[in-house]
Amino acid sequence: MVRAVLVIALAATIFSHHPGHAADQPPAQSIMLASTTSVDNSGLLGHILPLFTKETGITVRVLAQGTGQALATAAHGDADLVLVHDPEAEQKFMTEGHGVDRRQIAWNDFIVVGPRSDPAHIAGGHDAAAALTAIAEVRALFVSRGDNSGTDALEHRLWRAAEIDPAKTGGSSWYRDIGGGMGAALNTASAIGAYTLSDRGTWLSFGNKGGLAVLVEGDPRLLNRYDVILLDPKKHPEAKQEAARRLAEWLISPQGQDAINGFKIDGEQLFHPLAVSPK
Amino acid sequence: MPASAFWAIFDTEGLWQIISLSLGVSLTASALASLAGVSLGSVLAVCSFPGRRLFVILTNAFLGLPPVVVGLTLYLLLSRSGPLAVTGLLFTPEAMVLAQFVLATPIVTAFVHRAVETAWGRYGGALMVDGASRLRAVPHLLAVERIPVLVAILAGFGRTVSEVGAILIVGGNIAGYTRTMTTAIVLETSKGNLSLALGLGFVLIGVSIAVSAAIFALGMRGGRWWW
Repeated sequence: MVRAVLVIALAATIFSHHPGHAADQPPAQSIMLASTTSVDNSGLLGHILPLFTKETGITVRVLAQGTGQALATAAHGDADLVLVHDPEAEQKFMTEGHGVDRRQIAWNDFIVVGPRSDPAHIAGGHDAAAALTAIAEVRALFVSRGDNSGTDALEHRLWRAAEIDPAKTGGSSWYRDIGGGMGAALNTASAIGAYTLSDRGTWLSFGNKGGLAVLVEGDPRLLNRYDVILLDPKKHPEAKQEAARRLAEWLISPQGQDAINGFKIDGEQLFHPLAVSPK
Repeated sequence: MPASAFWAIFDTEGLWQIISLSLGVSLTASALASLAGVSLGSVLAVCSFPGRRLFVILTNAFLGLPPVVVGLTLYLLLSRSGPLAVTGLLFTPEAMVLAQFVLATPIVTAFVHRAVETAWGRYGGALMVDGASRLRAVPHLLAVERIPVLVAILAGFGRTVSEVGAILIVGGNIAGYTRTMTTAIVLETSKGNLSLALGLGFVLIGVSIAVSAAIFALGMRGGRWWW
């Protein structure tokens, strides 16, 4: 019995010397990037960050959270910079004095996806608010993130534009607030045949589309801009300013922009560099 | 699941690192929890001191400690704006060990307490007649209750290796650094790679069965040599 404990302890010692453990990477050489699931789960960061690390020797640890949670993590001081996509929440973060040097690094767009049977007949449209109105009118199932993420914030702006409060319009009978990430929302929509709002990056890299298809795209309101923000040293002196700034500057440098431009899945471009940014 | 999807598991980037981190964190946490739990459970069973009953009640209540609450509490404590910021532990494997230790210790303690208490009731009198002090009786009692104590340790390991709520919050599921089997399963599910997620689940179950069997077998053999 004593021996059982010793065996566990011994095994633990052996296993704790795995590569990538804290002791192998001096902390000065690594920074914490609080980001959104859309840029991480899609594979973008996995594609571009190794190039940055190769060039600078700085390891980037990625926390993939929703924009709301990523900004909260940074506001607690637990990240060195953020990469997010909710202009309103970012503005608030800046106003509260947490951030400096907010810069756009890439963009793509949001899309409304839904079942191919399309009970609300929105396929082919280019007006997101009109599509949501049609969905609400027939009480077609709609999955909402409900997690304070950038996509969630845009969805609520679109409902406001459509002058509909889904919670007061029959509520949960058709409007399903799942309180989860983009992947969870797409899994749910795929399982119950519901509409949902997605960023294009997550959609293109998503593996369980089932009967879902892109139905509405091309509304200027569906523009999705990704910004990088550094932490204000006055408020967050413990953040690794210098290394974080190198990453932010690399992302908008020709090398970083080329790396973003070069990321494709099945020949489709997921994120666009700034040079082709719509104004 | 199609066979090709199963084999794709072994192409998962850093699969072996994920497995070894999972085992490293869970084994470290359950070894520490075993040391703490066996000691605490034994002391609670054979010694009497003020507050002992309350301690026992709390230990039993903590059997159902919700992992997300443990994770969130540790997050707030370890955050750079929290009271334990100087430790720099947030989003590290060490923070995950700490979270799992907190979750597993009550389990080992409660089970060991129960086993040793039974043995104490049965043999305590005889051991005291032999002149052994209460604490010196503990190794004998643990030897008698070897199997229940081993099961307590395995239950502690089971709690740590299967847990995801706490380590997701304090570890952050960072690729190549704090990504474990369970957090990788959550991630692959959210990416819609359901068969890969399920395959990783089978690997996790297989690994945890193998480790539990090894701990049990070695514990039993060790028992025969030592006691």
